[in-house]
Parts: sequence; C-alpha cells; structure tokens
Amino acid sequence: MKNKLIFQIAISLLLARWKQTLVAAIGVTFSITMFVTLLSFMTGLNDLLDGLILNRTAHVRLFKELSISKNQPADVYYKNTKGHNFIRSVKPKNERLDISNSGAIISTLQKDARVLGVAPKITAQVFYNVGSIDLTGVINGIEPLEENRLFKFNDYVTAGNFLDLKNIPNSVILGKGLAEKMMVTIGDVVQVTTSKGERLSLKVVGFFQSGLQDIDKVQSYASIKTTQKLLGASANYITDIQIKLKDILGAPAAAKEFESFYEVDAIDIQTANSQFETGSSVRSLISYAVGITLLIVAGFGIYNILNMMIYEKMDSIAILKAVGFSGGDVNKIFISIALSIGFFGGAMGLLGGLGLSSLIDQIPFNTDSLPTVKTYPINYNPNFYIIGGIFSIITTYFAGYFPARKASSIDPVIIIRGK
Amino acid sequence: MESLHVTKYFHDPVTIKILNNINFSLYESEFVSIIGKSGCGKSTLLYILSTMDTDYEGDIVIDGVSMKGKSEKILARVRNEKIGFVFQFHYLLNEFSVLKNVMLPGLKLGLYSEKEIEHRAYEKLKILGIENEALKMPNQLSGGQKQRVAIARALINDPLLIMGDEPTGNLDKKNSEIVFDIFQELAQEFKQTLLIVTHDNEFAARTTRIIEMEDGQIIRM
Repeated sequence: MKNKLIFQIAISLLLARWKQTLVAAIGVTFSITMFVTLLSFMTGLNDLLDGLILNRTAHVRLFKELSISKNQPADVYYKNTKGHNFIRSVKPKNERLDISNSGAIISTLQKDARVLGVAPKITAQVFYNVGSIDLTGVINGIEPLEENRLFKFNDYVTAGNFLDLKNIPNSVILGKGLAEKMMVTIGDVVQVTTSKGERLSLKVVGFFQSGLQDIDKVQSYASIKTTQKLLGASANYITDIQIKLKDILGAPAAAKEFESFYEVDAIDIQTANSQFETGSSVRSLISYAVGITLLIVAGFGIYNILNMMIYEKMDSIAILKAVGFSGGDVNKIFISIALSIGFFGGAMGLLGGLGLSSLIDQIPFNTDSLPTVKTYPINYNPNFYIIGGIFSIITTYFAGYFPARKASSIDPVIIIRGK
Repeated sequence: MESLHVTKYFHDPVTIKILNNINFSLYESEFVSIIGKSGCGKSTLLYILSTMDTDYEGDIVIDGVSMKGKSEKILARVRNEKIGFVFQFHYLLNEFSVLKNVMLPGLKLGLYSEKEIEHRAYEKLKILGIENEALKMPNQLSGGQKQRVAIARALINDPLLIMGDEPTGNLDKKNSEIVFDIFQELAQEFKQTLLIVTHDNEFAARTTRIIEMEDGQIIRM
C-alpha cells in the first residue's frame, strides 16, 4: 500500500517531466545498446581469431624430438670424480622419428576420461615434382574422420570432399597456394619424392585453405596409410599423437603427465600459443572498459536530471514532508524515479543491443583467409545481456542515490517560509 | 496541546533569541489566533508546534505525548495523523488532480482503503463547496479555490488540530471571508480545534481566543 503510493508519486513526477525523463532513459538505452553490441562483436571476433588457431590445434601434442642423449658416456664414466665434464659439439644420435608403441598409447588415451578424442598424424618432408623443378613441402598423414571431428578439417577444405582421402587410395588434398603454384586441378595426378628418394603418384581430390598463406603454399594432406606407404614405413609408424581434451584448461597438467608416463615429448596448447590467450583477454578487457565507461557517463546524465528535478520540485518535497511523508519516503520516491529510468532504459538498451548486433551479423564479411566466414562474427552470449541489465540498474541506483539523499534532507520550514 | 518553556535561537548571522520561554496550552475545539507584529516570532512558534522545526529548547506536548527528541519518522507520522496544515501559499502538487491532492495524506496514513479515502475526500470537498472541481488539476483553479482544496487536504485525516500560517494572507477580501467562514464552520459545527497565525486583527477578533506576541514573548492570552 505504502510502496504503491510512493511509486504512484514517483511516476507522476516522472511523467510531469517526461521529456527530461526520455532524455535520461535514452542515455541509458544508448549506453546499454553499445555495451552489448561492442561486447558481442568483440567476443565474436575474438572467437573467430582464436578459432583460427585453437580449433585446429591439439590441446596436447605428443611427439618425439631428435635431441642429444641426456646420458653422455663421459658423464657415466666419470660419475664418481669431482669436477665438471665439458663436452663440445655433441650431435644427436640417429633415432627413429616415430613414437614407439604408438598403438598402445592411443588405445590407452582413448580410455582416459579427460580425453575427448585422439588423432594420429604423420609429418613427412617431401618434394613436389613439377616438370624439371622440385618444390619442397610437407605431407600430413591424417585420419580424415577423426581429424574432422576434432579439428573441423572440413571447414578448410574449399574444394572437393575430404572423405575422398579415405575412399580413394593414393589421394591428396593440396594447399590452395601450392595447387596454384603447380597449376593442377582436382583429378590431376602429382608426383612427390620423399627425402629418402622414394617416388609416388598422388591423385588430387581437393584443396584446402587454412587462412595462413605460408601454410597453404607448402602443406598438403593425405591419409595415414598413403603417407606410410610414401615413407616406406610400417603400419604402426606415427610421428604425432594429437589429443583433444574435454577441458582445455587441463592441458598443461595433462601434457606433463603424458610426457613422463609415455616417455615422449609433449606440448600443451597454452605453451604453444600463449600469444592468443593474451590477445583475447586484452581485447575483452578493452571492450568491458569502454562499455562500462559509457554506462557511467549515462549515470552522470541521470544524476544531473534528478538533481534538476529536485530543485524544481523543492516545494512539492516540502509539502509532502509537511503533510506527513518522512525523509525516508522522499528518498524512496527519488530512488524509484532513478530505478525506473534505469529499468526501462536498460530494457530498451538490451533490445537495441540485440537488434544492432543481429544487424552487424548480416553485414557481409568475405576474406580469402577465412573460407567459412560470410558475415561479421557476433557472439550472442546471454552473459553480456545479464551484465548489461544489472549494470544499468546499479548505475542508475547510484545516480539516484545522492540526489535522493539531498531531497530527503530538505527542511520544509525553510522552503515554506521562504515564500 | 501544550507548549512548555519553548525557547528558540536563530544563529545566522548572529545568535538572536527569537522565542523566549513560551508557555501555553490549547484545548479541544478551541479556535485560537496568534497575532503580533511582523518578526515577533509567531510563525516560528507555529512551525515548532507543527513538529517540522526541531531546533528549539523546551518541550511540545501533543495529545499527551512529548515531541522532544522524537525521530524524524515519528514526527512525520504525528504530522500526518494529528495535524492539518494550511499555509499562506496553497502548496498543492501540480502533478496530481485536486482529488488526489486531498487524498495524499490519507493514502500515506493508510488507515482506510483507497476507495474509502476517495469517498472521504469527496465529503471534505463538499463541506468546502468545491466537490465539482475534484477532477481538475490545481492550476485550473482560482486562488480561493486552491486554498479551500488545501483546507480539505488538511482535514482528510480528521486531525486533532488544524494549523494555519496566514491562510488568508494571499487572498482578496471576498475569498478571505469565505475561508474565515469555513474555519468558523469547522470550529462550531465540527468542533475542530484551530490555531491560526495571522496579522489581520479583524480576523483575529472573531476567533474565540487571541494570543498576542511581541518580541518572542506572549503578552496577552
């Protein structure tokens, strides 16, 4: 009953000055709209850029690195003597590049509860023979189905069908840049030579475009079997095991564990791509800062308008107090005025933000490096709307708080006698 | 209602004793006027008695309850429930209709439902002969009508006491007459207690009791 009365008075005061109210509400609407749009757009862009790398990169990659032996004979022999051994020009020993016992490692990993999927990979250095010249390049041997499930391989295949890698023997998907250099189209046959001199003819079944030109100029994909054949290796020859985890944040710990457990080298995505993490968190920080600044500016607008309203309504406040409204009641009236501006302005702002971001979502955005992206990226994360809504209420509350306190402390005697 | 040893100082720009040891009592259904020269402290006394001004020495007793040291919230409640106020200027809220203006203190008190308060407001307006103006906005009324609305508002909660600070000060002769007749009618027919500050001696002469003040002291009561 009492609150209803206070609310009625607040609404009447608001409507009596509806133009000012509208300006204040538009201020809030504008800032919330921009806040939501900015964050949606920024995050959309962030996701896109991160996705370029993160989607294609294994969370943990197991591999074997050629390095010098950690136990040098000299160290073993002079173990019990005092002093240091200085050994210069140590060369790595001739080891096989493949991961030993890869089949067992893969099947154990697939049973691990933290692991979303495992995809084996072979990297082979090759020469593409074009007429009388040879182009250096790399053929990645993959399992097309797993590669697509875990790393969205199909998104980057711009021509042809990636499943042909599996279905057609001795087939290859060439990087777009490489294909242009070799002037081949789908259905043509290319000759490749391995570093050990073995030759093989591969049928081109598609092109891929990664978004990074340097990669597109040298890399191509073939199935694991084709690559093993190319290298003349056995069926368990695997050089890399790519692991995708359910929780990306667990990657560093998992990498350490796998490294010691399987006695291979392991690198996690955070270590391999630390610059992306930093980039996206700084970008989000900037968009939040800009958004919150907009809201605070709108808050000052409301503060000014309420302050003016209080000067205009001095008499009314005085008389309300004279007829029995306490300072607390007057305070509540002005807080409700501020909050209703914040509430309606904020609600309109959220709608505006949704509208504006879906508008941006329609704007065409074609770039050669991103074959799957047709329009500007927008992230419709409900959190932005929740933050925007809560923030509009909080800012307007504080904008109303000080004027309301001032109004509640007005001495009616001074106003009434002043006339 | 009693005023016990009320003394007040104005501190700005220099400390002046504006009221000096004022003692008097007001009984039910009395129609009292306070007169005195400009600046003698009669309005100041009224605002202290109305509980709006709390910066004084001494004590005010309304309906047997001391007002000294009560919180702002309790005093607001006392004003709402027990005191009706009519000022020199009408002080109606322009955002509300006449009816709503009259209803406001009643809604604030919350003793009756909104429907009942509306009904009571109509009754009060009828007593004052302006029930036809109920749905107009205050700025559509004449000065005399506005003052009558203000009186209706003062009456809405059936207060123990109606206080007036020169309620006819802004009105012409004819309207002053109407307002005075209303006060007289309230006093005689409804046994309403009234305490009116005025500098109009003619007005005062027709009340049942006159309190005359000079230099912050009561010289006749």
